[in-house]
Amino acid sequence: MPDLDRVVDVKNVQGHAEGRFFQRFTRAQRYMHAVLFTTFLGLAGTGLPLRFSQSYWARKFASGVGGFGAILFFHKLCALVLTVAFLIHVKDIIQRGIVNREKGIFWGSTSMVGNWKDVKDLFGHLRWMLGLGPKPQFERYAYWEKFDYWAVFWGMIVIGFSGYAMWFAPFFAHFLPGWALNAVLVIHSEEGLLAILFIFSIHFVNTHLRPDSFPMDMVIFTGVESEEEFKHKRPLEYARMASEGKLESRIGEKPQTWQVNFSRVIGFTAISIGLILLVLTLSAYFGE
Amino acid sequence: MMTDSGMRLALLACALLVGTAPALAQTNSDCLTCHADAGMQNASGHSISVDEHKFGSSIHGVLQCGNCHADIKGYPHPDKIAPVKCATCHTEEAQGLAGSVHSNAAEHPCTSCHGDAHSIYPKTDPKSAVYPLNIPKTCSACHGSEGMAKQHGLASVYPLYIDSIHGFALSKEGLLVAANCMSCHGSHHILSRKDPLSQTNKANVPKTCGNCHAGITADYELGVHGKAIAAGKMDAPVCSDCHTAHAILQPTEAEFRTQSTPICGSCHKEKFSTYRDTFHSQLGALGGYVETARCWDCHGAHDVLPASDPRSPVNQANLVKTCGRCHAGANASFVQYQPHANARNRKLNPALYFIRLFMNLLLASTLTFFVIHTVLWLIRSRYDQIKRKKAEGGNNA
Repeated sequence: MPDLDRVVDVKNVQGHAEGRFFQRFTRAQRYMHAVLFTTFLGLAGTGLPLRFSQSYWARKFASGVGGFGAILFFHKLCALVLTVAFLIHVKDIIQRGIVNREKGIFWGSTSMVGNWKDVKDLFGHLRWMLGLGPKPQFERYAYWEKFDYWAVFWGMIVIGFSGYAMWFAPFFAHFLPGWALNAVLVIHSEEGLLAILFIFSIHFVNTHLRPDSFPMDMVIFTGVESEEEFKHKRPLEYARMASEGKLESRIGEKPQTWQVNFSRVIGFTAISIGLILLVLTLSAYFGE
Repeated sequence: MMTDSGMRLALLACALLVGTAPALAQTNSDCLTCHADAGMQNASGHSISVDEHKFGSSIHGVLQCGNCHADIKGYPHPDKIAPVKCATCHTEEAQGLAGSVHSNAAEHPCTSCHGDAHSIYPKTDPKSAVYPLNIPKTCSACHGSEGMAKQHGLASVYPLYIDSIHGFALSKEGLLVAANCMSCHGSHHILSRKDPLSQTNKANVPKTCGNCHAGITADYELGVHGKAIAAGKMDAPVCSDCHTAHAILQPTEAEFRTQSTPICGSCHKEKFSTYRDTFHSQLGALGGYVETARCWDCHGAHDVLPASDPRSPVNQANLVKTCGRCHAGANASFVQYQPHANARNRKLNPALYFIRLFMNLLLASTLTFFVIHTVLWLIRSRYDQIKRKKAEGGNNA
């Protein structure tokens, strides 16, 4: 009975075959995430051999891909693509928040900007983890998601600026003091290391590997999540949408099996590369 | 160098000198009556045949057998005859050999280098075993084998030499001027490099290399290393400390460039460590980017001078020019970059020290907080999940 098998398979895709699916991320946002993680993996994969250039694997990797010439080329290529993506994102925020005066960009329940509730949520969440209180109810973006966002935002400015300062050092020397040229390498490599360690351990676990989402949160790939997941993870947003009568406008289509499988292949590849790089980083860091 | 006819005259004089009798009792053709037989052997099985043509064309071809085999007075001669004493004529060479590493005549007879006694050619003849292009091969008979290493504690240097820039010049380009073993070690009076008189003794190496590389040695003697050696400070490097003795590489080659910095670093440890923290080293360590600055790209190679010396490329006044060789557009601000900055040293580089401290604290605090946060969260989520599954009557998976 092949038909029945497939039905069962589809059911398992999100664990909830029936019921409604809600749109969380737009197509543009999903593409932005895809560009972000692809270039980030590229930058990490080419930056780490440089940071740990004395380690065995860095030399093997470098000689395998044709020396540092090739590594530098891909590092700069990824950096350029990521810079363009970052500028598009900033332009988008300005367009929506300032030009179009769209609400909820800079403040309010749907904004990425932190607020007092996030502080209360953080402590409430910690109390809940220790069994000292109820689980906080989250809005559209929970405090750790906002932290991820701003960490990446700050990281791109810092790493990007210090990277370009090294790339075009004689040009930057026109308005930077000499010691700053020493500082940019320290900043670039330490901030890069922080980003790599954070994304490949904290972000992976918080977003994908924790029991509520294990083995991977598909919403950033498919754009939709089941009603049950929506209610469970972000009850405040669900309640607000329902009371505002906007819930219907967010209903999305159930993802196709191929979409889910495709996303899984991409997602697991990214996570695997990340975890391998994490192990190499830690081994080199503690082996130094 | 002696001309061919000059050499023949000398040999004739030699023959007269050693000729014990006014006229030798026997001529070469008398001896060759027996010894021309190609299969002739002595009691211990060694060939005692002589090829008349080969001998005739050899440098000793004008001599009579009896000139060297002086103990044979007539025929029949005794089965056992005295070993030939080359020193009878070659006194200078014999004196040189006497105090050398090859002084043991039983282990190192003249023929071990000069080849078959009856076909010795002048060293200018390509057929000679000691013709410049043949010398490495001749020496390699002993110094190219692992047996040497075991017996005398000497490395098998021939494979290193033959792949070196000197070895290539000799074997591939066929250059007579290319350094062969003899150029550095001498020929008969070879001394251990531990001997202060040896050409390869550390103190004498710059002079020995300077026999060919005169300009480089002159530069070297101006630099701090050359001056230190001249002053008897033997910790300073000589040519062979950086270039090695036998496996000398073309310095512009990637292989030499990548191996050169640790050589300087073996003495300049602190400078090497701070160099390794920089972009120059990180790029350079990975290969493919061999152009990145190595020690000597900035400091100079042979005439290394202190930065305080106005002639030094790393003197403040010369930095824009020195850095500008790679970094087009380098200006006065750009050269304030410190290629040996130490972010761990608060006194020397305070700004860098505090930046690194801040970045490390940021890294450590962020990760510490979130690792604790994530671990607690994981435990709690899993606990809730198991409880929920139990309540639903399912299994824990």
